[in-house]
Amino acid sequence: MAKIIVEVMLKPEILDPQGQAVASALPRLGFTFAKSVRQGKRFEIEIDGNPTPAQMAEVEKAAETLLSNPVIETYLVRVEE
Amino acid sequence: MSFRVGVVTFPGSLDDRDAARAIEVAGGTAVPLFHASDDLKEVEAVVLPGGFSYGDYLRCGAIARFAPIMNSIVTAAEHGFPVLGICNGFQVLCESHLLPGALTRNSNLHFLCRDQKLKIENVNTVWTSGFKAGQEIVIPLKNGEGSFQCDDATLNMLENQGRVIARYLDFDPNGSRNLIAGISNERGNVVGLMPHPEHAIEDLTGPSTDGLTFFTSVLQQLVGR
Repeated sequence: MAKIIVEVMLKPEILDPQGQAVASALPRLGFTFAKSVRQGKRFEIEIDGNPTPAQMAEVEKAAETLLSNPVIETYLVRVEE
Repeated sequence: MSFRVGVVTFPGSLDDRDAARAIEVAGGTAVPLFHASDDLKEVEAVVLPGGFSYGDYLRCGAIARFAPIMNSIVTAAEHGFPVLGICNGFQVLCESHLLPGALTRNSNLHFLCRDQKLKIENVNTVWTSGFKAGQEIVIPLKNGEGSFQCDDATLNMLENQGRVIARYLDFDPNGSRNLIAGISNERGNVVGLMPHPEHAIEDLTGPSTDGLTFFTSVLQQLVGR
């Protein structure tokens, strides 16, 4: 069994108020390391066996049409061992 | 004979009944449409109402886009069929690519519910033809993800083609680019609007009756066809 990870992030030019809220909460708890924070989504997709190139192409397509909205988001697909 | 205007109910729609009532008050016949059917029941226009279709899972409107009824609506809209998306309906229209851009989390992160002043900027769409250009109206705004976002090229295109139909006035509720509250497609038959005209149709319950004009506009346009 393999796990395919799809990470979705807002494009850099899109305002991320949730990330900003996290960034401003950190120093209130004494964490002073963060210059900025962006918040995204992570999908973990389990499949039987190792993914074939055709399956990976399908996942890419799903990431582009459903899991992300290309107007405001980018995505990254990778396989976790 | 009055014109048949459909109102789609998705799982999680909230304002379908108010939208239906607004259509009736405007003089039309409201026809309930269901997400799981692709049957438009011979309606001549359709309203996608506000609410939280599919619980806003994944992204607002993202799952609703794949409902069978949306296939019929997208095909019809591409041929000039009038579609008004209000709030969640606007989000569904963006996810369906009938309108450009996307609606994201309000810039202050708060769910907002207020009577909002708007300026009507485009009176050439089938849903806004009853307004005067530059008319100021007050209708309720209530959402958590109403911030209209798009890239610079899209924004310039919308502005240059006059496709911003309404802008927030006096107060920036959510960080939308250029204070955009609503836009239309190129042809002017598809309109998305974040505030709720269907809640401003009667003095008893609304801050004004300004919202009614969206519904009388489309009925008037149907008469002219």
